[in-house]
Amino acid sequence: MSAVKPYGDTLNDGAVQLSFTLPVDWSEVADEAARQLVGKMGFTDVAVVEGRSIASGFSFFVVYARTPVAIDVSTIVASSAIRESLSMEQVDELIGKRVGRKLKVVGACIGTDAHTVGIDAILNMKGYKGDYGLERYRGFEVFNLGSQIAVEDLVRFAAEHRADAILASQVVTQKGSDVANFTALAELLEAENLRERVLLIAGGPRVTNLLAAELGYDAGFGRGTLPSDVATFIARRMTERAVN
Amino acid sequence: MELSIDHASVATARRLASAIADPIEDFIARHSTVSVERAVARLCGIDGVDADGVPLSNRLIDALPARELGAARVLGAALAERGGTPQQFAEAVAAGERLPDPAATPDTALRAALRPHVDAGLARIDASRRAREALLARLPPAEPPLLYVIVASGNIFEDRTAAVAAAEAGAQVIAVIRSTAQSLLDYVPYGATVEGFGGTYATQENFRIMRAALDDVSERLGRYVMLTNYASGLCMPEIAATAALERLDMLLNDSMYGILFRDINMQRTFVDQHFSRQLNARSGIVINTGEDNYLTTADAVEQAPAVLASQFVNEAFAKRAGVPEEQMGLGDAYEIDPDLEDGFLFALAQAQLARQIFPNAPLKYMPPTKHMTGNIFKGHLIDAMFNLTSVMTHQNIHLCGMLTEAIHTPFLGDRALALENAHYVMRTARHFGDEIEIKPGGKIERRAREVLEGAVRILEGVAERGLMRAIEDGTFADVKRPRDGGRGYDGVFAKDPAYWNPFAEALPGAAAVV
Repeated sequence: MSAVKPYGDTLNDGAVQLSFTLPVDWSEVADEAARQLVGKMGFTDVAVVEGRSIASGFSFFVVYARTPVAIDVSTIVASSAIRESLSMEQVDELIGKRVGRKLKVVGACIGTDAHTVGIDAILNMKGYKGDYGLERYRGFEVFNLGSQIAVEDLVRFAAEHRADAILASQVVTQKGSDVANFTALAELLEAENLRERVLLIAGGPRVTNLLAAELGYDAGFGRGTLPSDVATFIARRMTERAVN
Repeated sequence: MELSIDHASVATARRLASAIADPIEDFIARHSTVSVERAVARLCGIDGVDADGVPLSNRLIDALPARELGAARVLGAALAERGGTPQQFAEAVAAGERLPDPAATPDTALRAALRPHVDAGLARIDASRRAREALLARLPPAEPPLLYVIVASGNIFEDRTAAVAAAEAGAQVIAVIRSTAQSLLDYVPYGATVEGFGGTYATQENFRIMRAALDDVSERLGRYVMLTNYASGLCMPEIAATAALERLDMLLNDSMYGILFRDINMQRTFVDQHFSRQLNARSGIVINTGEDNYLTTADAVEQAPAVLASQFVNEAFAKRAGVPEEQMGLGDAYEIDPDLEDGFLFALAQAQLARQIFPNAPLKYMPPTKHMTGNIFKGHLIDAMFNLTSVMTHQNIHLCGMLTEAIHTPFLGDRALALENAHYVMRTARHFGDEIEIKPGGKIERRAREVLEGAVRILEGVAERGLMRAIEDGTFADVKRPRDGGRGYDGVFAKDPAYWNPFAEALPGAAAVV
């Protein structure tokens, strides 16, 4: 489809819903300001369906509107690191046959981020949504360093243990701290001449494979990722390397 | 709504929790930490930082020639020999002055020299407590569950705006989430701060700024709006001391959280939590324990008994630090998988079980986080079920779930929507829990029984091995922490027979010390 628009109830109606807060007291003027603001964003047929005070000096709005613009979906590129994922047994078999040793995986929640829920879901034996974590795989030796790991410490650990893959996790994204930490890790690995020796993988609810590629990572895994998705990626990449 | 529960099992669980806590209390009584000593320094009136931004309390404790005697002994000796105030002495130490040998001053003289400053510190704590009590009487809060929201912009002045707006929208408790790195700092940052990650630094000045803003809005709204922060991490006792002085109303404070989830040394944590809680007890601050953390990292159905076991352990430690039941905000969370059939029944069973086992505790109920996604519409609905559980089971402190939980620290509008959700559900179902009976032998009751039995089994295992060994073995949250590993271990030390901590003596829970 070359010209796709949001779909409300009719093809190409361009219907969208927005909600936002304005730092002004609520009044009819505030409603009208919200309507005109959305118009200035380029939307048409703007309807402020809800506008009310949520505190002194703040108003909240729900707005429906239509967009005149469309997108040509056929030109969009957004690769996923997730191809058809293998089962744990298949991954173990692949590693066993094609690599012939356990792959060492080091994971950490880097920088000041203390939220290990993502990295734990991928690495802990228990896994996530009934999908076992990498610790349960025969093909992996897993080191989960936990929260608030300085990138220097992670790189040192990975070098000492000759890691095959590094999984860096970031949940907190406030003020771009996630991108700053991911970048610092990639740069340090480059500086230490270790980058080519490891698979470098980014993870977190706001991570996309595209973002990871831009930051110089081999892959990025976002929300909904299962441990077997990551396991499959590592196993396939490492077997490709083993062949080369 | 009453569950039929096995009271003998509850008594067994309490006995086991006591058996777990008692040997740790022996250890606590024989040890102190640098953060306990820094809290003593702060309570004696030492505040401020040196030219490099290092707090004077850190400079003083780092300079102690024999920390096993306690900071108070050296401070008392200095005052007896040289006169002046603890603050003047700390400034002199920061400028390079040598500390006196406390052995050179007679015991009675050094105690007498410090006494006015100890009394002044305690008087400030008591004045804060009385001020809170007066405000609560004059500006009564709305009935529980107390709606609690977080602010976390990183900038205390933005936080202040958000907190006032949330209070106007109905919030009754404001928590200023800390910058994620702060739990691992071995000092308390200083002054008003405008930079932080995932939260705002806890500093005495930030406490003051927020307290003043909330006092203002409390007067305007005619109901007292409470303030909370985190007495956790490496500076637990100092935060407790500062919070007592600046009239915070609640503090996140768990006996094991730092060990398990922040890799803080267990000996450090046990000693620190005891003195922190003694301070909390005296200052009337309600502690909030961290059981919700067991559920965010693991399955809520499987971990339910661990939550209850931890509540018993937290209760046992709090009791030993002199914290009355009315100040024990034991924690739980609505982290049940939304795809699980009858998951709501399971969450209800657990929440009601805690309500009946800890009838006087102001229970703290945490919202869904683990199963929240970018689908904010479904998220808002899950939050509504959480709100319903809370009002049905008479939880006291209710952390409002945000529809954007999985996306960002709350926007101002998110808080208003969360409060609206809670208001709606809690109004429309206010007395629902009182109007229904739980089916005897049904799913809810069977689940509650399972959880209690599971908790007793966990406590038996821990009591048998001892708590430190159990943590080393990974009994809690599947995390293994060595006794002498983790952060802050070098700050733990055995007390000399002449050790002196005049605050610990004067505070509730002192019987366990000595």
